[in-house]
Parts: sequence; C-alpha cells; structure tokens
Amino acid sequence: MSNLPPPFDLLPFLLQGLWITLFITLGGCAVAIVLSVLFGVWSKSTDPILRWLSAIYITVFRGASALILLYWFYFAMPELTNIRLDAITTGILVLGANVGAYGAEVVRASLDAVPKGQYQAAAALNLNRWQTMRYVIFPQAILSMIPPFGNLMIELLKGTALVSTITVTDLTLQGKFLRDDTHRSLEIFGLLLVIYFLLSMTITAVFRVLEHRYSQGRDYGGGN
Amino acid sequence: MWKWEVVWQVMPDIVSGLVVTLEAVAGGMILALLLGLLWAVMRRSKSHVISWPAWGVVEFVRSTPLLVQLFFVYYVMIDIVGRGFSPLMTGILVLGVHYSCYTAEVYRAGLDAVARGQWNAAKALNLTPYQTYRYVILPQAIPPILPNLGNYLIAMLKEAPLLSTITVLEILNEAKIFGNEHYRYLEPLTIVGVLFILLSLLAGLSVEWLRRRTAAMTS
Repeated sequence: MSNLPPPFDLLPFLLQGLWITLFITLGGCAVAIVLSVLFGVWSKSTDPILRWLSAIYITVFRGASALILLYWFYFAMPELTNIRLDAITTGILVLGANVGAYGAEVVRASLDAVPKGQYQAAAALNLNRWQTMRYVIFPQAILSMIPPFGNLMIELLKGTALVSTITVTDLTLQGKFLRDDTHRSLEIFGLLLVIYFLLSMTITAVFRVLEHRYSQGRDYGGGN
Repeated sequence: MWKWEVVWQVMPDIVSGLVVTLEAVAGGMILALLLGLLWAVMRRSKSHVISWPAWGVVEFVRSTPLLVQLFFVYYVMIDIVGRGFSPLMTGILVLGVHYSCYTAEVYRAGLDAVARGQWNAAKALNLTPYQTYRYVILPQAIPPILPNLGNYLIAMLKEAPLLSTITVLEILNEAKIFGNEHYRYLEPLTIVGVLFILLSLLAGLSVEWLRRRTAAMTS
C-alpha cells in the first residue's frame, strides 16, 4: 500500500477518514454547546412552557441511546416526514443533540452554583434578563462548566465512531473497510485506538488551557 | 405513516432482543464492578509496577471509543486467534472492561473519602491489606458510592445497542433485521427508542431512591 514499515503502511488509508471524524467532532461540538446553553438556561426559566420543552429535550436525547437516535433519524424519520438528511448532517445534529442534553444539565448546575445574591444584585441594578445572564451570571458560571464540558467533548469524539454505522466513511469505517480487505485486525484496530487516544489527549489539553485562561485573576471558585 | 399492525408484528422480536440486551448489561456490570475494584485498589499500591499499569489501562480505555474496542476484540479473535468467544460473550467482556475503567474512578473517590485515621487504625491493629479492605475500608467506602455506580449501570444500558454492530441479536439488531426484511424502520426503531427512554427514566428514579437511602444510612 505504501513504503512505510507495518503497521504504519496502513496509516495513509486510515487517515482519509480522520478529516470526517474531526469535521463531525467540531460540528457536533458547536451544536452541543448551542443546545446546552439554550436548554440549560430554559430549564431555569420562569415560563413553564420553556421549562417543559427543556425537560422533554433532556429526557429524550439523554434517555434514548445515541446509536438508536442515529438510526431513528436516519432510517425512521424519512418514513414519517419525507425529510431525508444526508448521513453526515444527521451525525452532526444527532450526536450534538445527544451530548447537548448532558451539557444542558451541566449549564443548569453551574447556573445554580452562582450565589443567589448575584441575581438579586442584578435585579437591584435593574438589569434585564439578558443583561443579567450576559454580564453577571455567565461570566461566573463558565469556569465551573469547563471541566465537565471537556469530558463531554471526549464523549462526543468517541461517539463519532457511531456514524460509521450509517455509512459515513469516518476513521472507524475506513478501518473496517481495510480490515475486510487485509484481515490485519490487530494492527488496524490497534492503530485506530491509538489515534482516538491521541485525539482525546488533545481535547484534554485544550480544555486545560481554557480552564487556565478563564481562571485568571480569580481568587474564588476553585480556580488557580 | 404509523401502522399499528406492524407494531404487533415486531413486538416478539423486540422482547427477545430486550432480554439479550439486559443479559449483556447484567453480565457487563458484574464484570465492571469486580474489575473496577481491582483497578482502584491497584492504583493505591505503593509499588509503581502495580499502580502504573492500572492507571494506563484506565486512561486509555476511557479515552477511546467503545465501538472500536468492540471491533478490536471481535475481529482480532476471528482473524488472529481463529474462532474465539461468541458475539454475546465478546460484548459482555468489552462492556465490562470499558465500564470497569469508569467504576474504578468511582471506587477511587470512595476510597479517598474514607478518613485517614481508619487506615492508620487498621495498621495499628496489624491487619493485613486484605483484612483492611474487607473489614474496615470497603464497608465504609461502598455505600456512599452506590448511586454513582448506578449511574454507570444506566450509561452501560444506553451503550449496549452498540453490540448490534458485532452481530449480537440484541434489541436494536432485532429492530434493524425486521426493518430490512419488511422495509419498515419507523415502528421498530420508534418502539426501541421509547423503550430505552422509559428504561433510563426508571433506572434514574431507582438511583435517586438509592441516593436518598444511602444518604439516610450514612448520616
């Protein structure tokens, strides 16, 4: 296949799938962050409809397993609605929504952890809800969100392997194709595990940097 | 559109698949509970020869996808070892090892929460390491962490459908096979999805109940 010594001769073919895996991880990450913040804030809303919406979203997208959700949106939804999304879009939206449901709980817990006096102070200053969130609550809550979000992003990266089951040729499906051709299972899947491990380590490092940056100049809340 | 007659037709397959799923989760959980305790105790060892391998396994397994781990074990057994475990056994093994690396962290937190003096007292009484864990540390460490272990049981239940990818006839695979044969995915997949939501709600309530019980016990 190439002139590299085994098992590295397999790498060029495997890495073709790497870009799809990275693309879905980043896309899913964006979807997950938007949905977590949206539904996390809504779950604390005074409007009962928004609270219910967020409870339903969290229950459905956390409760039904990621693979089942992926299958449902890819195979079952077109039979119900005539809307057919391509496999990559389905992967990004479903995995993002799945992780976002866990993220919404993180956001809610972090908002709860901001002392009540901060909300009262914002009310006393006559800030509206948007200003309260934007300038008072979120800047304080974000530090305690970063470590759990780092873990969720690793879950998302690991979850992207599932898109191989709905025909997306990501890292995992490339590995499976290669295995069917060469039967060098130990080398192929061993390499895949190492690649995913390195990607996870990268995410961990990025979130360490973020945590460090956001904890600058704080003398409370566990940062240093 | 939704057809009820398809629902009645698919139900027997779904039920038999659910039984297999629950078998896999039960088997995987027993393995995860035992192996996780082993990793946690190994990581507390003063000898690096014992503690580092446990640390390495836990970090590596937690950072890589369960799906690739399943493929690794399943295809390596087929291609290298020849005929290996059955698909279900492979699934139980991989689920068990994967989640043992999460339960290890739960145990570790529990062990760390046992007061330092308890370890010293055990040492003062000249207990062996086995006696120290068996009679002093574990009885204090395990009750408060039961709810956290329960959460990983739920997480394992939610990842069990991945076993369908290595041909285990669990619930999602039954639904998919039915779909392939009848060109109907809507009803089977929707039933499976709703069932999983109900199961995880139920499991969540049980864990919440357990949390209250253990909180009442330990306070």
